[in-house]
Amino acid sequence: MRQHILPALKLTAVCIVFFCGVYTLLIWVIAQAAPAHGLGETVSVNGKVVGYALEGQSFTQDKYFWGRPSAAGYNAAGSAGSNKGPSNPDYLKDVQSRIDSFLVHNPGVKKEEIPSELVTYSGSGLDPDLSPAGARVQVRRIAAVRGLKEEKINDLVDRLTEGPLVGLFGPSKVNVEKLNIALDNLH
Amino acid sequence: MSTEIIGVIAMYLITVLLAIPLGRYIGKTYMGEPTWADRIFNPIDKLFYRLSGIRPEREMNWKQHLVALLTINLVWFLFSMLVLMNMSWLPLNPDGNPSMSADLAFNTTVSFVSNTNLQHYSGESGVSYLGQLVLMLFQFISAGAGMAACAVVFNAMRERTTEKLGNFYNYFVRSCTRVLLPLSIIVAVILVFNGTPMTFKGKDQFISMQGDTVHVSRGPAAAMVAIKQLGTNGGGFFGANSAQPMENPNYLTNMVEDISIVIIPMAMVFSLGYILKRKKLAWVVFGVMTVGFLLFVIPSIYYEMKGNPAIRGMGIAQHMGNMEGKEVRFGSAASAYWAVTTTVTSNGSVNAMHDSLTPLTGMFTMMGMMINSFYGGVGVGFLNFYIFIIIAVFISGLMVGRTPELLGKKIEAKEMKIATIIALLHSFLILSGTALASYLFAHDPKGYAAWLGNPGYHGFSEMLYEYSSASANNGSEFSGLSANTPFWNITDGLVMLLSRFLPIVGPLAIAGILAKKKYIPESAGTLKTDTSTFGIMTFAVIIIVAALSFFPSLALGPIAEFFSMPRP
Repeated sequence: MRQHILPALKLTAVCIVFFCGVYTLLIWVIAQAAPAHGLGETVSVNGKVVGYALEGQSFTQDKYFWGRPSAAGYNAAGSAGSNKGPSNPDYLKDVQSRIDSFLVHNPGVKKEEIPSELVTYSGSGLDPDLSPAGARVQVRRIAAVRGLKEEKINDLVDRLTEGPLVGLFGPSKVNVEKLNIALDNLH
Repeated sequence: MSTEIIGVIAMYLITVLLAIPLGRYIGKTYMGEPTWADRIFNPIDKLFYRLSGIRPEREMNWKQHLVALLTINLVWFLFSMLVLMNMSWLPLNPDGNPSMSADLAFNTTVSFVSNTNLQHYSGESGVSYLGQLVLMLFQFISAGAGMAACAVVFNAMRERTTEKLGNFYNYFVRSCTRVLLPLSIIVAVILVFNGTPMTFKGKDQFISMQGDTVHVSRGPAAAMVAIKQLGTNGGGFFGANSAQPMENPNYLTNMVEDISIVIIPMAMVFSLGYILKRKKLAWVVFGVMTVGFLLFVIPSIYYEMKGNPAIRGMGIAQHMGNMEGKEVRFGSAASAYWAVTTTVTSNGSVNAMHDSLTPLTGMFTMMGMMINSFYGGVGVGFLNFYIFIIIAVFISGLMVGRTPELLGKKIEAKEMKIATIIALLHSFLILSGTALASYLFAHDPKGYAAWLGNPGYHGFSEMLYEYSSASANNGSEFSGLSANTPFWNITDGLVMLLSRFLPIVGPLAIAGILAKKKYIPESAGTLKTDTSTFGIMTFAVIIIVAALSFFPSLALGPIAEFFSMPRP
């Protein structure tokens, strides 16, 4: 073992310099050429930063599209899921009460129209997206609160819906923050 | 066909197509044959050897390999403890995060040195950037150590009689610089151009559209995420791992990250074929692994896309499937696919919360870890499979009344003893750990109430999953379990230690002993290992040894939960 200690120590030191140092710096330098210079892309309205492009934020007011329930309270410095098991009775009660409260806020919507992502916690607590159905089911409420025509908002949802990757892979989605910024611009 | 399904099929096919040439490249790398990479890496490797005082041409026998491996791991252990317990005052800590307690530092250190990456802390608040970089270092070198051990076994399996099995440091450095590093750079660059942060600035702050003040964690994430995926490490930069949008921004990055999970474990199988000049054997091994993988992944995707039966009873639409703990941009199919890829290999990163998977998907993820060799971890996955091959050779030899031989080497009592001990160790650690925790909980449900995030069968599954993950060196969790307590930190840590090093020691010893034996050329009486019959035999051994020993515990957890829920 003794003959291996010195090489082990030295090799570890070289690895520290190379992987923590050289590799990290290389990626950092490359990141400077990326769109947001590796800082995370922000979204601004009238020159003021109102969010990060990748991360969802809390929307609770009736005039906005709501995003997914968040176990982290949309804390972008503490991502987390609920970790509730599928058979947990307390959890199922919570889901039921979210369904009930959704129906109260969205008169005219039938229960079978509510997609599950609107009443279940996301994995990160920062999910920025909804399925197109998850946005459309809220259109009636928003149209009523804002005094807009439903078609106009439906068009907006269609316009901002992003299809699968190269048209083939994965689900369609729509970004809630982009939707809400566009909503505010409709007036 | 739905685009979600097409997405996962594409991911799998791309992985296989990339793994075949990569396997060839890895084979050449270990054999010291010329590759395109020599011009870049020969000078770098020489620098490594010169600075460390290593002579890469000095060959070692299996015992010397082991001593080298264990010594360097001891150095890593001490270094990591030192950093993690002192991060708060060391540099690169813009968010002012605290140092770790001794038990948490022990758990985290063992976890990262053993290539497990079980995380009882949260990345945003539990480590400084220096801590993250040191953990990232282990993601390179622990993976490199596992691959080096595998390279020794490959070398020992060749048709000759020898004690000299190459140089450990040579395999280790080559694994890190020529395999892990270039792939990590590619993946990290894809990530930064898709929005993953790579900065040394601390938290940012903004006022949201509804007027809330929001703090945003950032950091040098892209560099770490790349190697955490490629080295079957799994330890994420952010708390929610690859579910966190910055760590995994979109479906493209999800594909890249998921392909990164399986590509090296798969390529190692093809490199075996290249090194031994037995392509057919590699395809038999690959076939057995693939059958096992598909048996887990297909039903998992089915159940996740179908949704939670208890929620279906509430009368809402589940067109996206079981969305609890999942992200919309990935969908159920890609989340289920990830859940299985990350558990059959010993990766353990997640893009959805495993605690919220439907019962049977949860079971398949556990079985992936219990078997731990359907592709398996980088390097160590094949080592686990090697044990099953030894047992299969022995049993089939007895069945047809021939001397059990593997690639021209007689398998005798000593090798069998080692193989049996290693095969049983895994179930012993998982089941006795779970039994101990269940005993404590059952005798004082109030005192330990804070442990479990879910009641009933699912609570038991949380404990079973935790030890399966620790013993498989996986690192994913049913995170409803509040595991940052001295009990879990220490018992998990011990399980990880034993299950990392003994399954390396065992196969190395067997391979070393076999390599020394006389080579017996193939004859009519030889049991051929590169046939589908032998593949089926190996599969049967895996099912009997690994899967069946866990059946009673699975019946108490996920299976009981499945039957207690409304019929789909």
